[in-house]
Amino acid sequence: MKRFITYAILIIFCFVLQSTVFRGISFGGIVPNLLIVVTASLGFMRGDRTGLIAGLFCGLLIDIFFGDVIGLYAMIYMYIGYLNGKFSGIFYPENIKLPLILISFSNLFYGIFTYLLLFMMRSRFNFEFYFKNIIFPEVIYTLLVALVLYPLILFLHYLLEGRSFKRTEENV
Amino acid sequence: MSPIVKRKGEKFTLPGKYLLFILTILCTGLIVLTLYTDYVSRPLGVIAGRILVPMQTGISEAGSYLSGRSEELVHIRDLLAENERLRSQIDQLTIENTMYKQDRYELNNLRELFVLAAQYDEYEKVGARVISRDPGNWFHSFTINKGYDDGLLVNMNVIAGSGLVGRIVGIGPNWAKVMSIIADNAHVSGQVLSTEDNLIVKGNLELFADGLVEFEQLIDKADRVVVGDKVVTSYISDHYLPNILIGYIYSIHGDANNLTKSGRLTPAVDFERLNEVLVIMQLKQIIEDE
Repeated sequence: MKRFITYAILIIFCFVLQSTVFRGISFGGIVPNLLIVVTASLGFMRGDRTGLIAGLFCGLLIDIFFGDVIGLYAMIYMYIGYLNGKFSGIFYPENIKLPLILISFSNLFYGIFTYLLLFMMRSRFNFEFYFKNIIFPEVIYTLLVALVLYPLILFLHYLLEGRSFKRTEENV
Repeated sequence: MSPIVKRKGEKFTLPGKYLLFILTILCTGLIVLTLYTDYVSRPLGVIAGRILVPMQTGISEAGSYLSGRSEELVHIRDLLAENERLRSQIDQLTIENTMYKQDRYELNNLRELFVLAAQYDEYEKVGARVISRDPGNWFHSFTINKGYDDGLLVNMNVIAGSGLVGRIVGIGPNWAKVMSIIADNAHVSGQVLSTEDNLIVKGNLELFADGLVEFEQLIDKADRVVVGDKVVTSYISDHYLPNILIGYIYSIHGDANNLTKSGRLTPAVDFERLNEVLVIMQLKQIIEDE
């Protein structure tokens, strides 16, 4: 329960930051995707179930406030969380390369799916433009922000896992 | 007895793939449900609005402060570069300047003739503050800090300063989601003010960085529409009240079909620096299907 509340606060905090302050400090109109960082991190740290629930929660927040329909972003984020959870078996806290690669690929996956579902369906076929101007810059910017945000999430993970380390091993 | 209870407790944890499967179906159901009704979006909007809007209101003020500062820095750099350039061109510019001054005098006179601003005064308006923006990079909707508790309704028009911003597409008790006319999925029916020719204004993400939107389906056989013409919302628009300024024609070209024209528009509103907006409290009259 403590863990659930902590993660909920973390997600709400990131959502609020991303939709307010980060709009103000965007580079060339591109905002880093904090929610992807959180979803992916919780996925590979805690396993597929936590990942998919965190993703669902992140996506729902976006859907309620900014989506045309409720459930679409929720589904994209949920799958990202779930797929990242599949890597929890090879996740070691000391290794920072794997998390960053996973976060970047998650963001790429998110960008491409958003394009496919929301743009290509409306016959916007200039994929090269969208990749160069939206998807790729977002991946890079998110990666830079992840360098700061990911250690914070890892620290939170340590704090929560500190006592119940045995249980995690069982879960994995 | 006790081991059985323990096992029961463990059985409750559903494996990931089943959970994923169930939630996928749930999400698909939600998508279908929200496409046609607002049974789900309304209560969710209430809950989320009560928790998040107060936070967003506070933090977005900090955000606009930060963006103001970072903008100042950019401006300083720009100004230095521009100063250099201007010094070398100062003579030429002085001559041009006098010419422009004459033009501007004429333009101001013409603008006064239209008296567009007076028309907006007929509508009852309410001010609202932008509290958060779409966290993704694909669309450009934003939320404002007023909702149905303040008498706002879906489809009310939103303007800022001189021109049209968009319309309300989603609403909660203390917040409302505004779809801006520059968003990639936005369409507005407009007309050229001088010739009353109708056209469709569409947002386009590819033009977003240049601060432009595109328009199409302009029928102008006499070639009377020129660059710089004012475009306002049309009388036949479904959601927008007539005669709200959308922007000015930036470029125009004939289509391959030789019947219609399309091109680009410069919006009248600066969407980058949108902090306060006005909501027109009057809905476009729509004939209901019986």
